[in-house]
Amino acid sequence: MKYAVDVKDLTRRFGDFVAVDKVSFQIAAGSIFGFLGPNGAGKSTVIRMLLGILPVSDGEGTVLGRDIRTQADAIRSQVGYMAQKFSLYEDLTVWENLQFFAGIFLVKDPGRLEHLLELLRLKDYRKTLAVALPGGIRQRLAFAVALVHDPEIVFLDEPTGAVDPALRRYFWEIIVDLSQSGKTVMVTTHYMDEVERCDQICFIYGGRLIAQGSPSELKREHVSGHIYQFEPTARLEALHALARLPDVRNPFPAGSAVRFQSEASLADLQPRVQSYLKTPLAQVRPTLEDVFISLVGAKK
Amino acid sequence: MIVQVRELAYRYGEAEALRGLSFEVPEGQVFGLVGPDGAGKTTLLKLIAGILPVQTGELLVLGENVGQTQVLVRQAIGYIPQRFSLYRDLTVEENVEFTARLYPLKPDFARRQQELLEMVDLARFRKRLADQLSGGMKQKLALLCALIHEPSLLLMDEPTTGVDPVSRREFWTLVFELQRTGLTVVASTPYMDEAEQFDRVALIHQGKFVRMGTTGEIRASLPGHVLEVECDKPFQARGVLQGYEVELFGDRIHVFMEKPSPEEVVERLKTGGIRTTRAELVPYSIEDVFLRVTA
Repeated sequence: MKYAVDVKDLTRRFGDFVAVDKVSFQIAAGSIFGFLGPNGAGKSTVIRMLLGILPVSDGEGTVLGRDIRTQADAIRSQVGYMAQKFSLYEDLTVWENLQFFAGIFLVKDPGRLEHLLELLRLKDYRKTLAVALPGGIRQRLAFAVALVHDPEIVFLDEPTGAVDPALRRYFWEIIVDLSQSGKTVMVTTHYMDEVERCDQICFIYGGRLIAQGSPSELKREHVSGHIYQFEPTARLEALHALARLPDVRNPFPAGSAVRFQSEASLADLQPRVQSYLKTPLAQVRPTLEDVFISLVGAKK
Repeated sequence: MIVQVRELAYRYGEAEALRGLSFEVPEGQVFGLVGPDGAGKTTLLKLIAGILPVQTGELLVLGENVGQTQVLVRQAIGYIPQRFSLYRDLTVEENVEFTARLYPLKPDFARRQQELLEMVDLARFRKRLADQLSGGMKQKLALLCALIHEPSLLLMDEPTTGVDPVSRREFWTLVFELQRTGLTVVASTPYMDEAEQFDRVALIHQGKFVRMGTTGEIRASLPGHVLEVECDKPFQARGVLQGYEVELFGDRIHVFMEKPSPEEVVERLKTGGIRTTRAELVPYSIEDVFLRVTA
């Protein structure tokens, strides 16, 4: 099987509202697929259709070679799903949650659960009720549960939301390991630095697919002009001033710096932003965050 | 001072959540809390909001003891909890009106409601159910509701978690505009780029402040150097650079070094078959400090 997921013209309507509009893409088996877009773009709706939780209005698709319209049950036993909202039992402990899902998926090997506790660094929380877990640790439990039955494909809907910087990196080590062992991962995230690790990315906006490619392809094709950055003397003033320059696009804060896109040269821009500079104006390499901001900025 | 905290400690049964924090937040400042999961950020915010009782130490908000004075000081606080806590089955407008009724209604309520709706760009959606708003819009509604009674202090627990890169920038721009009107803010965030925009940041680890200061002070709080490297195989670099402390930042790597020796790193990468396109010593970012201090 070449593609773990293969969808064509996938569409979902809620009444008159078209939440997902003729979306087509393929996910190569064993790859990491990044699914991006602003809040409300339709990402979770697509994932729910792939899982067979939500019926398809139009279009077709397969997951692991099975039809998402007619073989949802067969699909569900082979996929792992980490929902955006915490969907485990709050009144069960960490260990009880794992056992419960192991029961549903008929996981016999007790070593599997111990392995997952270890992998997601949950040993200290074994007897803690899920309701009492801090946000990032709930995410670890949800991730562990998604992996309970060693699924062929894992859908991770914002796995690293509320997860601290060190643990985010660790989650991604696990994701890369899954991919290297032949599993397929479809992941959504709002952290653009993480997306660099994806083999392929689809970007949806307003239910439509508006860009796709590898991280380097997206940076090449969807960032026009140059990216500039500087540390401002006063951030809001600098952003307001940049917004007034006709040849500057998408000025935005990037950490303590201010960043923007422009076709103009450094020498041309320098005198015009001079009074806001705390550090020299520098031309920098685009990141996927710039891609995201360009794509959304062009639509707004 | 809007917030004054001395030797504040808190325990849940046996577990020590906060272990002696002392700090102050002056009027008009945006004060940020960052730290690993379970470090104590939410507990601290709940104490300041008066939701948890003070057990040990001193906590004053607007000069008053939050636990004892109850009503008046709480009216001066707006609080956005970590989980969306508005009514999903009420519209935008109904949520705002319901929240406003919890406080003494001011005569100019209608005008303030309209101003805030326009400011957060929700005026168009006033009849929409809260449940039907996107993640970014939900948080703007939460912000609006937290501000409707004109508090002096706004507390926010990870307000931009799950919010997309453009929407979360819009959210913070709103907050910084509000700051100009004198609002004081204490907020936690898992996004280190947001933390760099705050006036002051405290890094909490295991219930203690392990760093506190401006972004500049926190960056300068670690010895050694950061070498930022752009190369053709960033994900293989860590393996090649065994013996170094290496962290991945998107498609770049940060190499922490006692003595700045970029040539040595570039050479090692080259031997390992990795071509470097740029290697530059950069200041520590807050994320670098976070990763090193909490490791």
